Amino acid sequence: MKEWFAIIMGASLLVLMIPILYRIIVGPTGFDRILGVNVIGTKTAVILVIIGTLFERVDMFVDFAIAYALLNFVGAIVVARYFNRTIPLKEMERKKPRRRAKA
Amino acid sequence: MMEVLASSAVTESVNSPGWFLVHSIGIGMGILGLVFFLGTAVGMVRFPDFYTRMHAAGKGDTLSTMLMLGGFGLVMMEDFSVGSWLLLIKILGIVLFIFITTPTSSHALIRAAFEDNEMPLGEKDLKKVRKHKSSSR
Repeated sequence: MKEWFAIIMGASLLVLMIPILYRIIVGPTGFDRILGVNVIGTKTAVILVIIGTLFERVDMFVDFAIAYALLNFVGAIVVARYFNRTIPLKEMERKKPRRRAKA
Repeated sequence: MMEVLASSAVTESVNSPGWFLVHSIGIGMGILGLVFFLGTAVGMVRFPDFYTRMHAAGKGDTLSTMLMLGGFGLVMMEDFSVGSWLLLIKILGIVLFIFITTPTSSHALIRAAFEDNEMPLGEKDLKKVRKHKSSSR
């Protein structure tokens, strides 16, 4: 029963990833694409646990899932910071004192 | 301590009704997570705007991942041995980590998009989108 549950969950996860792949390919802005990559990366942690169930080595694959979730988070943060820097430097310098005055 | 845990593992058989209840709760949580992930997938295709897509993806992704991993952690439990407990605690660690990091990364992405002059759709833009869709149908 456990194996069938794992197989059905993994197959339906893969099927449900197809619309998100569509959003990654078509997505009008870069942020849509990185959002889709983030969602698929989070689901990959789940799929790693499922693969560990099928190989009966869950204790090993859970560590892989932890590492993958960590890398996914770091990737999303790095991309967000990178796109943030596309504002010209002069605008950022203009923005900062205003915020301090508000706070 | 190990002997006590091993003896309790022997006395509690896998097919007892208590374990059946735990496994069915786990399977139910997994299926509920699939339903939430279906909502995420539909929202990411159907919604018109980056911010609404982010709304669908951030919430549905977090909750569905937590439910699926928790359900798998319950299904994995077969006895009260140390390895089984360690596995459950590791899986709950992933759940806690995802519960903290996925909203954080959504927040960082949405802030980056807003500072990159990606404006949300107003009412006029929505009317244009609806007209375009009805004329194309």
